[in-house]
Amino acid sequence: MNGNASSPVQGQPRIGVLALQGDFAEHIHMLDLIGINAIEVRKVQQLNEIDGLIIPGGESTTIVKLLHMFDFVDDLTAHVESGMALWGTCAGMIVIARELADPYPTPINLIDIGVARNFFGRQVDSFEAELNITGIEGDPMRAVFIRAPIVQDTGDGVETLAIVPAKADGTPEQAVAVKKGRVLASSFHPELTEDTRLHSLFVDLANEARTDSSRVSHTTEETPSTV
Amino acid sequence: MATSTNGAAGAQRWKEMSKPEVGDWRVKGGLAQMLKGGVIMDVVTPDQAKVAEDAGAVSVMALERVPSDIRRDGGVARMSDPDLISGIIDAVSIPVMAKARIGHFVEAQILESLGVDYCDESEVLTPADNEYHIDKWQYKMPYVCGARNIGEALRRIGEGAAMIRTKGEAGTGDIVHAVTHARQIQADIRTIQAAPTEELMTLARDYGAPYELVVEVARTGKLPVVNFAAGGIATPADAALLMQIGVEGVFVGSGIFKSDNPAKMADAIVRATTHFNDPDMLAEISRGLGDAMPGIEANKIPEDQQLQTRGW
Repeated sequence: MNGNASSPVQGQPRIGVLALQGDFAEHIHMLDLIGINAIEVRKVQQLNEIDGLIIPGGESTTIVKLLHMFDFVDDLTAHVESGMALWGTCAGMIVIARELADPYPTPINLIDIGVARNFFGRQVDSFEAELNITGIEGDPMRAVFIRAPIVQDTGDGVETLAIVPAKADGTPEQAVAVKKGRVLASSFHPELTEDTRLHSLFVDLANEARTDSSRVSHTTEETPSTV
Repeated sequence: MATSTNGAAGAQRWKEMSKPEVGDWRVKGGLAQMLKGGVIMDVVTPDQAKVAEDAGAVSVMALERVPSDIRRDGGVARMSDPDLISGIIDAVSIPVMAKARIGHFVEAQILESLGVDYCDESEVLTPADNEYHIDKWQYKMPYVCGARNIGEALRRIGEGAAMIRTKGEAGTGDIVHAVTHARQIQADIRTIQAAPTEELMTLARDYGAPYELVVEVARTGKLPVVNFAAGGIATPADAALLMQIGVEGVFVGSGIFKSDNPAKMADAIVRATTHFNDPDMLAEISRGLGDAMPGIEANKIPEDQQLQTRGW
């Protein structure tokens, strides 16, 4: 691990954090801790410069609106379909879901999951919990749930990485982290802790995207003017 | 138990309570972190709340009268009717904030019982206590409080506030005091950062701020909680100005629903808060919005009629 700025030649994936609204600075800080110099993505053209995008925590209605307002949806979909890595945390998970339990907002469908917003209740019901996560070695992760959503249903090929166990009041277990291909979604906020393990896992996904030759040619076709 | 207005005790308490394994500090402050880069809008009806949500507000502040009307009407301004607050909670899916009077911990208890997501212990309402603010550690509901300088900000954080906003001068549509307060807090932070460690206790005394929190600011170079601007924001350019000065998001009170075209103004201020650093975008965003709210020049308001001098 080193702190040098990322460079495609040197072999580090280029990672962006969507910076339209939410706690993007916290994600950038976490990536910095593991030697990745991430960029703030505010314009759709910047998607051409990255191997992986994090959609941070924030207000999902706001982020969905801003994605449409600033014409991100089609290009983001094309990039993810061509193999760019993507991770949505909390609001980010809501944004990329196939569908929501509420009628509002309309998510942009980048991973085949149904999501229920504010599942655990209002802010006074927010909580922290220890989570075991598939693919994360060692101690459980301390997960911060803030007005958090859960994954209600998953389509073919979506792997559940973590669950919140059933509760004494009869609430059944809930999926709170899922993955399909290079798309990751989590209900909680690792960026509010000091634990960088899930960020490292995402960097590995972005690195896969970087070295994926089929994706590189696709991206080149899309953006012939980019050198 | 020692009161949290005692600097040393407040600081000890902050140190204890802000440990992740002890209290709800991280989930309280965490919600404010999710609001960053966003606009929180004052609304007085469920319909206005929907307009705000549709425009991309990250949260709404539910109240009976916007600050400019409170200023005009005079009299005692209190917590809003629970019917109004519940109606707004039911109308939108974004977090809902509401105001309690400074020191009125029973209004705060009622707001927590209603499921309010953030309580603003606010100088816009008439204070209920001339000496003491609410002991905010006692609640699962997080608090945002107004501040004009670092001392006031750190006192509120010592009492348990999980988010700070500038006070500005609410209900005027005049940005000057929000700018003054945002700059003052930053200037104070620079002073603390530049000071050798042996001067920090004396700075803490001068600011009237808990010592441990002054040490924390010296270590990190920023407030230990999210800091928004409030008080007088009336245009997209106002919002972008405060964001460029360095706040993390904005509250817009009277500025939206007292403007000519609230939906358009709300949408424009949301856009400007995202692209605060892009003059070409800001020029586009600022076109054809109609009249902003009618303003009052805040510098001409006598001190005894200012809202910002309420609380300490």
